[in-house]
Amino acid sequence: METYSLLRQFADSWMLLLLFTFFVVMVLWVLFRPGSTKTYQDVANIPFRHEDKPAPERQPEES
Amino acid sequence: MGNYIKLIVLGVITVLALIAANYARDVAYLVNALTVALVSAGLFLWILRRTGEPVAAVDLSGEYMDGPVRAGVILTAFWGVVGFLVGVTIAFQLAFPVLNFEWAQPYLNFGRLRPLHTSAVIFAFGGTALITTSFYVVQRTSAARLWGGNLAWFVFWGYQLVIVLAATGYLLGATQSKEYAEPEWYVDWWLTIVWVAYLLVFVGTLMKRKEPHIYVANWFYLSFILTIAMLHIVNNLSIPVSVFGSKSVQVFSGVQDAMVQWWYGHNAVGFFLTAGFLGMMYYFVPKQAERPVFSYKLSIIHFWALIFLYIWAGPHHLHYTALPDWASTLGMVFSIVLWMPSWGGMINGLMTLSGAWDKLRTDPIIRMMVISIGFYGMSTFEGPMMSIRAVNSLSHYTDWTIGHVHSGALGWNGMITFGALYFLVPKLWNRESLYSLRLVSWHFWLATIGIILYAASMWVTGIMEGLMWREVDANGFLVNSFADTVAAKLPMYVVRGLGGVLYLLGGIIMCYNLWMTVKRSPAVQAANHVVPAE
Repeated sequence: METYSLLRQFADSWMLLLLFTFFVVMVLWVLFRPGSTKTYQDVANIPFRHEDKPAPERQPEES
Repeated sequence: MGNYIKLIVLGVITVLALIAANYARDVAYLVNALTVALVSAGLFLWILRRTGEPVAAVDLSGEYMDGPVRAGVILTAFWGVVGFLVGVTIAFQLAFPVLNFEWAQPYLNFGRLRPLHTSAVIFAFGGTALITTSFYVVQRTSAARLWGGNLAWFVFWGYQLVIVLAATGYLLGATQSKEYAEPEWYVDWWLTIVWVAYLLVFVGTLMKRKEPHIYVANWFYLSFILTIAMLHIVNNLSIPVSVFGSKSVQVFSGVQDAMVQWWYGHNAVGFFLTAGFLGMMYYFVPKQAERPVFSYKLSIIHFWALIFLYIWAGPHHLHYTALPDWASTLGMVFSIVLWMPSWGGMINGLMTLSGAWDKLRTDPIIRMMVISIGFYGMSTFEGPMMSIRAVNSLSHYTDWTIGHVHSGALGWNGMITFGALYFLVPKLWNRESLYSLRLVSWHFWLATIGIILYAASMWVTGIMEGLMWREVDANGFLVNSFADTVAAKLPMYVVRGLGGVLYLLGGIIMCYNLWMTVKRSPAVQAANHVVPAE
């Protein structure tokens, strides 16, 4: 089979199915995953932390 | 040691650029080679003076790298005004052809200034704004300093060099005649290097982030960087005619070339002017409104839907051409589907203000951001509509398209960038507030009225000329010659030029206001934290 027809057939079948499934799973994952509402409420506030300087290292050496 | 390697590299580049200038086959190449030689020689001296000097080892991991962001804010404002000025110039050149001065032929005629205008506003103004804000946002939302040390400076100045090379090249006649991808092969190669470095800085910063989650604005920025890399490389596959000349020949030809070009062209809109600027929206609107984004879930769905759909929309630029019908239908369908995530994003941005709508009355910066999102919604409705084949048969090749592009560019991209600049300057220069909110209001109204004049006159003139072109008499002959439509457009062209003048005035007022903010506004009283100057 020539390359064009081969790629076209693949794009119209398996690739389309793969992308569409990825998209639907993404939507379900975002909307209905248990605990997602709470997680997203927390991460939506990221812009309001660490405005002036980076977060310190996990184990501060100074002490 | 590092300095010696840099000196060798810069020295070699300088010599090679001078050799190239010596053998140059055209003026554009000559000037670009001399520019490169000048820049690398200057850098050579700059590094030479610092070589062998003791370097104080300072631990900077405890502070953000805001140097490139500050330089970027200044240059964004500068390129904005330059781009608007060139735009106003060519608007009046269209209205009054005598402004294509005989003494400046061919350098300052419409044909050469037009790509200068589009590249200046999209890539110089918009691109610098994107690099600048992405450096700011990725640090704040990752709670980490930029990765790669001075690589961020390389990205920043390397990109400015692209702008200078491209702009001088256009005026001297170097172009590969691809819309929004006019720069010739060596500028493309250089941009590729800069862009890979940009990707490294951005991803490196994300990798060492202290926040476990990657904030949604960074997703948009990252998709913008990745997709532009892919688009840029594929659309600029060309073979130079000579290493000592600016001319190159495209690898694709005919309808394939057209398809690749508009796959690139529409995704320049989709990923450069939309995804990247949505990254700005998702950070600066919540910050200015002082409340988190309306729905974080919607923002994630917005992101995936947008990047899944935009990449297919390009063929709608090629209705009624040699492109197969199925391809242009595909582009049209995806464009229409795209309307939904676009409006999802618009709703998400606008509703971020729910409960804080009173700020519209008191805060002209929020007003600017809200009208920007409003224009985003408007042009993402107008775009899908114009992509429908029947509508396109009327609108294509007319000024309606130009009006559509400008309601997106002036309204959405311009206004959100102005909002971000007004937000950033007091933060970056440690000022309590802007110099004058009244001047922001002036800017807001001048820009808004300017856009309205622009878009309205382009609707009128576009639909008018579309209808005049297709008007036939009882015997089936065309009623109007092309020159008739040109003559009929004069009043609208003048109104469009005036709209541009208002928008330009607003930009100049912004520059003055930002300048005075840095000069005059009182500094923030240091409470218990110190923002170090770099």
